Amino acid sequence: MIVNFILNRQPKRYDVDFDETLLETLRKDDVTSVKKGCDASSCGTCTVLIDGKPILACSELTVRVAGKNVITVEGIREEVEKISHYFGLEGADQCGFCNPAMALTIYSLKQSLKNPSSDDIKKYLVGNLCRCSGYQAQFKAIKRYLGDPL
Amino acid sequence: MKIVKHEISSIDGKGIMLGHKAYTDDFAERNSLIIKVLRSPHAFARIKKINVEEARKLPGVELVLTHHDVPRKPFTRAGQGYPEPSPHDKFVLDEYVRYVGDEVAAVAAIDEKTAQKALELIEVEYKVLEPVLDFEKALNHQSIIHPEEDIHEMFPIGFKPEINQAASYHMEVKDAEAVLKTCDVVVEETFYTQAQAHAMMEPHTVNARLDVQDRLVLYASTQTPFHVRRIISQALDVPISRIRVIKPRVGGGFGGKQGLHGEMLVSLVTLRTRKPSKLVYSRKEVFESSYTRHPMRINVKIGSTKEGKLQAIDCHILSDTGAYGEHALTVFMVAGSKVLPMYNKVDAVRFHGEVVYTNKTSAGAYRGYGAIQGNFAVESTIDILAHKLKIDPIELRQMNMIAENETSPIFEIMGEGTEGTAMNMDTCKLDYCVERGKTLIGWNEKYPRVDVGNDKIRSVGMAIAMQGSGIPYIDMGAATLKLNDDGFYNLTIGATDIGQGSDTILAQIAAEVLMTTVDKIVVYSSDTDLTPFDTGAYASSTTYISGNAVYKAGLKMLEALNLAASKALKVTAESIEFDGVTFTSPDSKNPITLSQLSNRLYYNEDQEQLTTTGSYFGTKSPPPFMAGFIEIEIDSETAEIEILNYVSVVDCGTPINPKLAQGQVEGGIIQGLGMAHFEDVKYSKKGQLISNDWLTYKIPTSLDIKKLTTEFAESYEKSGPYGAKSVGEIGIDTPPAALANAVYNALGVRITELPITPEKIFNKLHQKS
Repeated sequence: MIVNFILNRQPKRYDVDFDETLLETLRKDDVTSVKKGCDASSCGTCTVLIDGKPILACSELTVRVAGKNVITVEGIREEVEKISHYFGLEGADQCGFCNPAMALTIYSLKQSLKNPSSDDIKKYLVGNLCRCSGYQAQFKAIKRYLGDPL
Repeated sequence: MKIVKHEISSIDGKGIMLGHKAYTDDFAERNSLIIKVLRSPHAFARIKKINVEEARKLPGVELVLTHHDVPRKPFTRAGQGYPEPSPHDKFVLDEYVRYVGDEVAAVAAIDEKTAQKALELIEVEYKVLEPVLDFEKALNHQSIIHPEEDIHEMFPIGFKPEINQAASYHMEVKDAEAVLKTCDVVVEETFYTQAQAHAMMEPHTVNARLDVQDRLVLYASTQTPFHVRRIISQALDVPISRIRVIKPRVGGGFGGKQGLHGEMLVSLVTLRTRKPSKLVYSRKEVFESSYTRHPMRINVKIGSTKEGKLQAIDCHILSDTGAYGEHALTVFMVAGSKVLPMYNKVDAVRFHGEVVYTNKTSAGAYRGYGAIQGNFAVESTIDILAHKLKIDPIELRQMNMIAENETSPIFEIMGEGTEGTAMNMDTCKLDYCVERGKTLIGWNEKYPRVDVGNDKIRSVGMAIAMQGSGIPYIDMGAATLKLNDDGFYNLTIGATDIGQGSDTILAQIAAEVLMTTVDKIVVYSSDTDLTPFDTGAYASSTTYISGNAVYKAGLKMLEALNLAASKALKVTAESIEFDGVTFTSPDSKNPITLSQLSNRLYYNEDQEQLTTTGSYFGTKSPPPFMAGFIEIEIDSETAEIEILNYVSVVDCGTPINPKLAQGQVEGGIIQGLGMAHFEDVKYSKKGQLISNDWLTYKIPTSLDIKKLTTEFAESYEKSGPYGAKSVGEIGIDTPPAALANAVYNALGVRITELPITPEKIFNKLHQKS
């Protein structure tokens, strides 16, 4: 069936199966920033923003996204470069498989919470698993990014 | 040092975060055949009959493989150098299935749905056999897990499949039993460690295609591309020259990707169908059908004088390698060789035991392998002894632990799978690490416990650890530097960046030697066609081994540059001075810049490509050391634990990139804390691994740690590149013992079985009262 939605501000038209997930649709279209880390909606590596909210693309059927606004890191390049800049300074980059999803969640955090506490930040990120870093360098980078004017 | 020991951002972090193609599956051909694997529902069975006719007939199915259709040549998936210290006990597919999740058959089809449907059409008749599920009953069990006659060891490792023994080992320095009898005090305890899961974010992934020369080209999420090429060639009888393995970015490995997973099936499918194919493990397959850490039972006896001078350590280990013997012997040996030398002043040591097969998910390499298990047991026992002697556990360690310029006979006796290499501790800042950590955690104020009211107790605990820097005389790395026009360089290395940042730190080493900046070093790594050899990312080897190779390539490049400049300036090479940008000579009025010289070399005069290669193998394995301190708050009613702070003070020589080194330590700490506190692979009574997703197998999240405090000791290891030792594994070793010791300090109960859950503490508390 045909589904139309906005991906990174561009109208997109996909021919999909009724049970196809947004993750499958995006990866087939070479949107490689969206990763498949699990099959149980629990790792967070497939996070995209749908109408501004972080959503797991592995558990969202593409047909349900019709007419909506989908953003991946490709769509907020300038902000991702800033986040990445602070990740680099803090040594928060390791394998990076969770990083595009993490960047979207961090961007969404900045949009939705004003002056978040450390606990707020940790809670906001609890759905984005990272096995490499120990999270601490990421928190430092996030705090620096949050202090950076939008 | 201008580049080394500086905090430089990773060279690929931005591109990765921006979502550029980077990982194995990003490079799969669009029209790849999808491979799916039919896996055993039984812990142990023989396939009596397998009918794939219906599956083969299904439109869209290109190939179905069973044990009747694949070469029968035993190999090991361990991903080690050759000959491997692991038994060759695995076939691509076999008539026996040895754990729930073992491969029965494979299907290649045009899409996921067709492949799935084809799997469902395969009919298998099993003769179900009695499985061996309790590793303490595996030896001489009536079920023999590997009855096949064509499997073998590559050299003596104690391989006795007829009694379910994958390997065994025995070493002794003097007579430990006799010395223990003469000690004032002897403590003894038995510890159990669990089958931790690697849980890297990127699943095992591999894809293949044939290139224009009809050669097999694999992209693989692997830590060992050169071993993968060799093992495929050997097991599938394909000339090694017809195989190319490319490792792109890897989404975490931690040892799990040292071994081979889908590589054999993907290679076979593409070779047989002549079409591109790919295999991406589901998360369930990653948990059930890749590897775990080796579970162990460790019995430790330590004897000392009443003043606290250690006299003997006696250690017996039973290790569970699961269905196949990957790393059976080496993990076992490291439980001794990377733990016992810390207490080098004892009169006698014995270390011995067996590695057994069971019908469970195979155990394999996992960050800190052996060391974390051995460390938990020995460092817990040291605290038990300290309490018995009424000595502060830190003081007891300080009296007995290894120091700079000392050695241990164990280094010479025990290597990894073979004999070891004698070495002196040219750098060992363990004394500083302990003192500094003691201050940072506030030991004197907090030891053993502080009652903070509301049933909450705060306590501290600690442990010390050592690792190695590669395997001497075995691990090797090579690096090639190529000068380009305008004066920038390519650095090609076999070394395998799996997220630890080796591409970045190796570029830093090259930039430091060549007196330039990291942006002038373009790195390309881990491609068996295009980069020089490297054994791979394991055994904490990359910084030390591959780093030394880069350093040597850099020195040769400097020589080559000086020679070229001397020709250009018409002076002797000895008279040339180079600052990274400009060549000058007291014998010439006209300096020449690197950019000018490079352009001259490629366009104008004396044209010549400047390329240099350095390679390195270790003749010793200088250990990084650390002291780890934990502060916890524990509820004396519920035994719930909150981890308030983890202090790590690490001697890894020069940290080439302090922030990335810190990331290695902290990532290791949090994985170690996961193992110490709650990560638990669970099996059903029938032997199925039931903790097979992230809902049932919890790994640490952003909420689990309050604070990590990480510092490095000033240390310079002369044999390492710019004074560096390795740092990839050391972080993971101390948390289990440190947590166990802190729990004891809080509540007076000793937990000897990992993970240390509130439930176990609660039960022990109530048992005690």
